[in-house]
Amino acid sequence: MAVTKTEPINGSTTKSSAPPLQSMPLKSDLLSILSLKSLRLKTKQQELLIRVSILCLVYVLAFITRLFSVLRYESMIHEFDPYFNYRTTLFLTQKGFYEFWNWFDSESWYPLGRIIGGTLYPGLMVTAAMMYWGLRFLRFAVHIREVCVLTAPFFASNTTLVAYFFGKEIWDTGAGLVAAVLIAICPGYISRSVAGSYDNEGVAIFALLLTFYLFVKAVNTGSLAWGLASAFGYFYMVSAWGGYVFIINLIPLYVLALLITGRYSMRLYVAYNCMYVLGMLLAMQIRFVGFQHVQSGEHMAAMGVFFLMQVFYFLDWVKHLLNDKKLFEAFLRITVTCAVGVGAIALGVGTASGYISPWSGRFYSLLDPTYAKDHIPIIASVSEHQPTAWSSFMFDFHILLFLFPAGLYFCFKRLSDATIFIVMYGLTSMYFAGVMVRLILVATPAVCLISAIAVSATIKNLTMLLRTKSKVSQTGSTKGTGGGKTSSKAMLDQSQPFQRNGAIALLFGAFYLLSRYAIHCTWVTSEAYSSPSIVLAARGAHGNRVIFDDYREAYYWLRQNTPPDAKVMSWWDYGYQITAMGNRTVIVDNNTWNNTHIATVGRAMSSYEDEAYEIMRSLDVDYVLVVFGGVTGYSSDDINKFLWMVRIGGGVFPVIKEPDYLVNGEYRVDKGAAPKMLNCLMYKLSYYRFGELMTEYGKPPGYDRARGVEIGNKDIKLEHLEEAFTTSKLDRSYLQGQAAK
Amino acid sequence: MARSNFSVLTILSVILLLPVFSLSFSPDSPSDRRLLVLFDYLSLKSSHSIFFNSLKSRGFDLDFKLADDPKLALQRYGQYLYDGLILFSPSIERFGGALDLAAVLDFVDSGHDLIIAADSSASDLIKSVATECGVDFDEDPSALVIDHRSYAVVGTEGDHTLIAADDFIESDVLLGENKIEAPVLFKGIAHSLNAANNLVLKVLSASPAAYSANPSSKLSSPPSLTGSSISLVSVVQARNNARIMITGSLDLFSNRFFRSSVQKAGSPKKYDKSGNEQFVAELSKWVFHERGHLKAVNLRHNKAGETNEPAMYRIKDDLDFSVEIYEWSGKSWEPYVANDVQVQFYMMSPYVLKTLSNDKKGLYHTSFKVPDVYGVFQFKVEYNRLGYTSLLLSKQIPVRPFKHNEYERFITAAFPYYGASFTMMAGFFIFSFVYLYHK
Repeated sequence: MAVTKTEPINGSTTKSSAPPLQSMPLKSDLLSILSLKSLRLKTKQQELLIRVSILCLVYVLAFITRLFSVLRYESMIHEFDPYFNYRTTLFLTQKGFYEFWNWFDSESWYPLGRIIGGTLYPGLMVTAAMMYWGLRFLRFAVHIREVCVLTAPFFASNTTLVAYFFGKEIWDTGAGLVAAVLIAICPGYISRSVAGSYDNEGVAIFALLLTFYLFVKAVNTGSLAWGLASAFGYFYMVSAWGGYVFIINLIPLYVLALLITGRYSMRLYVAYNCMYVLGMLLAMQIRFVGFQHVQSGEHMAAMGVFFLMQVFYFLDWVKHLLNDKKLFEAFLRITVTCAVGVGAIALGVGTASGYISPWSGRFYSLLDPTYAKDHIPIIASVSEHQPTAWSSFMFDFHILLFLFPAGLYFCFKRLSDATIFIVMYGLTSMYFAGVMVRLILVATPAVCLISAIAVSATIKNLTMLLRTKSKVSQTGSTKGTGGGKTSSKAMLDQSQPFQRNGAIALLFGAFYLLSRYAIHCTWVTSEAYSSPSIVLAARGAHGNRVIFDDYREAYYWLRQNTPPDAKVMSWWDYGYQITAMGNRTVIVDNNTWNNTHIATVGRAMSSYEDEAYEIMRSLDVDYVLVVFGGVTGYSSDDINKFLWMVRIGGGVFPVIKEPDYLVNGEYRVDKGAAPKMLNCLMYKLSYYRFGELMTEYGKPPGYDRARGVEIGNKDIKLEHLEEAFTTSKLDRSYLQGQAAK
Repeated sequence: MARSNFSVLTILSVILLLPVFSLSFSPDSPSDRRLLVLFDYLSLKSSHSIFFNSLKSRGFDLDFKLADDPKLALQRYGQYLYDGLILFSPSIERFGGALDLAAVLDFVDSGHDLIIAADSSASDLIKSVATECGVDFDEDPSALVIDHRSYAVVGTEGDHTLIAADDFIESDVLLGENKIEAPVLFKGIAHSLNAANNLVLKVLSASPAAYSANPSSKLSSPPSLTGSSISLVSVVQARNNARIMITGSLDLFSNRFFRSSVQKAGSPKKYDKSGNEQFVAELSKWVFHERGHLKAVNLRHNKAGETNEPAMYRIKDDLDFSVEIYEWSGKSWEPYVANDVQVQFYMMSPYVLKTLSNDKKGLYHTSFKVPDVYGVFQFKVEYNRLGYTSLLLSKQIPVRPFKHNEYERFITAAFPYYGASFTMMAGFFIFSFVYLYHK
C-alpha cells in the first residue's frame, strides 16, 4: 500500500533509484536465478505494474467481500425497496423501455394507482437491464435476478477505481490506492451494497463519486471536456438517486467558497458553467425531476451561484477594460448591489407566486433534525431516517473515524482547489451523516478519501525517514522526492535520536491499525450487513441455525391462493414485497407519496373492528396482512410499529388519538393496556387465537416473546374478518368477510 | 336377490330423480321447483288444499312431511333436496331428523326460500327462526291481533280477532299488477320488524287501531305492540336473493279463509270472496322467484368506435358502456324495461353517474368520456328497487394518464418557444462564425 512514486518496495530490485544500466552487472546473477527477462522492468513500469495489480486485487476484493449474503442464504433480493426495483427491472426487460417509461401501475396504491415511469429514478433499472441485455447478447443465459443481485457489488468495485482516480487527483497515487482499498471494504458503504441489496444507492454512490471526481478534474484542468464528462456523471446520478440534490448543493457551495477565498479562476468558471448548464438540461430529462430542477427551492442555490459566476466574470472583464481602481470600485458597488437586489427580488417573487416551490420536508429535516419528528411522522417513522448513534459511526467507520481529522489536517496543510473540495465534501456529509443514519453512506467516500490522505501521507513520511536514514547518500540524488513532500524533507533535516526505531514502531502501529480495520470490516460484513432481512436466521437451542422464511411463505400463499384481483391491506412496509412476491394489489407501499392514503390504513388498523370494516370496504380490501413476531420473538413486527400507525393515522384523522393507546404514557399490550389498544384491529388480528398458544416453557399461554409479556386480551373474536392463513411462525393474513352483518 | 333389487331401485330412483334435478333452482331458471312443506298435523294438507293445489298447478313439486318426521333432511351429500321450505308447523318445539334452527338458516343462507306461518300456538323454535329472519313475534304467548275498527264482520259479534286487512304495500312486483280489491282475512299473532334489519318489508300491516293482546282477559297494561307498527305479513329479501315470507296467521292460507266472504267493519261493501287467495298466490309467486327476479349479464365496455374490451383506458377516452338486464317471468327471461338504471364510474366516489337508456329488449346503453383522473376505476351498476332482486355489478378498469407520445405536438401556443430556440441557434452560429473569422 505504501507505494511511492519512485520507490516501490520490491525485493527483486535492490537499488530501485539507480538507472538500469548501472544495475546490469548486479542483475546478471539475479537473471540466472529468475531467468525471466520480462520481469526486468524499468522503475516506472514496475510501479505501474504494482499499482495495476493492487487495483485489480482491490477490484476483486470489493466484489467478493459483498458476496457473504449469497453464500449464507441464497441469491435473493433483500429488504423492501429492492423488491420494487427488481419488479420494475423485470418489467423493463420484458416490456421494453417505452412501456417502462409510460408504466401506470394499477397494482399499487389501489385505487389511485401510481405512474411508475414518472415517479422513479430509472438509472438503476436501466443499468441492470443494460447489463442483462449485454450478457444476453454475449450468450450468457443469466436470469435477470442474478444481474440485479450482483449489480451493487459490481458498482462497488467500480467505485474503488473512481476512488483511486479521485485520490490521485486530490493528493497522489499512493493516497488513491489507499482510498481504493479503504472504500472497498468500508462497512458504511457495504451496508448498502452487499449482493442482493439492489437499491438505488448501490449505483448512486458510484455516480456521486464519479461526478465529484470529474468535476474536480474539470476544475483542476479547466477543460470543457472534463466539465462535459462531469455533467454526464451528474446526469447518471440524477437518474439513479434522489441524493443528487446533495451534489447540486455541494458544488455551488464549493464554488462559492472558492469565490469568497479569492480562488476564482477561469478554470472554475468553465468547469462550473459547463457542468451546471449541461447537467441541468440533462437532469430535466428525468421525468421525476423535470422542471423541479429550475423551480424547486432545493435547486435554487446552484442557479444563484451560476448567476453569481456571470457577475464575477463580467466584473473581471470590466476591471480589465477600466484599468482604473476607483472607478472600478464604484462600479463594483453598484453592480453587486444591483445583482443581489435583482436576485433577491426574483427569489421573492418566484416563491410568493408559487413558481419556485418551497423546500421539501425531507430537505428541512436534514437541516433541522427535529423537524420531521414534529411535522412529518411518516419520515420520522423510518428507522433509517433516525439520527445516528455514536456507536454506528464507530461500527461503520472504525479507524477512519480517527484518521478523518488527521486527513483534514493534511488537507489544510496542502490547500488546493481539490483539497478544499474534499474537505467541504467531508465536513458537510459528516454533518448529514449525523442527522440521518442512511446518510452515513454519502459520507463514506469522503471519509475514506480523507483518511486515505492521512494514511498515505503518514506512511510515506515514515518510509521516507527509514530510507533516508539507511541510504543517506542515495536519497540525496533521488529525483522523485520533489513536489509537495516538503514536510518529509523538513523532517530529514533535523535528525533525532531513535528516529529510525520510532518510525519502525509507528509503521508497525499503522499496519496493526489497518489490519484491525480489515478484520473489523470483514466481521461487520459477514455478521451485520449480509442478512437479507426477509429471511431471518437465529440460533436454535442446540446452537444450530434456524431459518425463518415466513415472509416468503406468506407472500407465496397470497400468490397462489387468492384471486388475481384481490386487494391486500397491510402497513406500507410490506407493500413492495406483496406486489413483487405476492403479485397482488396493495393499498399502500413503500413509496410513501400519499400521506392521506397511508393515514387511512393507519386509521383502519387502529380503529375498532366495525369501524375498520367500513374503511376497508370503502377501499375494496379483500385481505389484511399482519406481521406478528410474538411467537418467535421477532421484534420488528406490526405491534411494535403500531404506534407509528396511530401517529400517522392521527396526523390526518384527529379521531385517532395517541393517548388512547397508552397507559400513563407507556405502550403496553398486557392486561394493563389501554382498552382501545386491546380492541383495535391490529391488536385483534395480531393476537387472534394467541391466547391458546404456549410459546415458551414455564410461561402462561399467550406469552408474547417479542415483548416479554402475557397478552391482555386472550379471548379475541373477530366479527367481520376471518383468519385466512397464518404461517408457521410469523405472518398472518386475514380474509375479510364479504357480507356485512 | 335383495341386492339386485336394491340396485335396480337405485337406478330407477336416479332415473326418476334426474328430471327433478335438472328442473331444480339454478341461475338460469331461478324459480323454485321442489318445496318441502312441514305440518304439525296432516289434516292441514286438506284444510289448506287450495293453496297447495295452486302451487302444484304452477308446476311445483310439493313434499308434505310432518315436522317431527325423524327422516327430515334438507340436504343430502352436500346437495339441497329442496328449493323452498314452507313451515306450516307453528307449534313444533323440535324438528325431527337432521333439521334444526341452524339447518333452516343455512338453507336460507345458501339462497333458498322460506315461508313461515305461525299462529297463537307458535313455539319458541318458530319464533326464533323468525327472529333470525328479522321479525319479532309478540312475546306474550296468548296475545292475538285485535282490531275493534277494521275487523271482519261475521255473524256474531266475536272478539274482533278476525281482521280484514287491506293496508297493502304498494308494489306491483310483490303483489302483482291486479289490485287486490277485497280485504285479506287474518287471524293470528302480531309481529314487528327488527329496526336494525333493513332488508325486511311489511307487506300487509295492521290498521292504526290494532293492538296485540290476549282477547279473553282484561287489558291490565298497555299492549307492547300497537297500531301500524304491527305487521301481519312481512317479507325479507336477503342479500343472496333468498326470499322469506313471514306471517302470524296460518289460517291466512286456509281453504276456509280463501272461500269466505268478507265485509270490513264500517264498510258497506261486502265481497263474496276474501282477498286471501289472490294475495297469497301473488306473494308466493314473488317468494318462489316467479316474479321480480332480475339478472344483469353481458356487462360490456369499449372505446367509442371499437368493439374489443380494452384492459385499460386512457384519461379523456370516449367509451361505450352496455349491460343487459332481464327479468324472470317464471318460464323465460324477458327484457326488463326501466328508465332508472344508472351506471357509476367509480373510484372512492362516483366520477360519472349516468342513467342508461334502453332499447326495450333488455339492452341498456350509454356512452361517456373518461374523467381527467387516473386510477383504478370501477363500472358499477347498483340497482336496488323494492321487490326486485338487487343488482350489484362492478367491473374494475384502470385508467392511465397520457403516454409520452400522446400529447399534442406543435401546438400554436408553443411557436414563440420554437422561434426562440431556432433564432438562438442561428444567432450562436453566426456569432461564432463572425467571432472566429473576422478578426
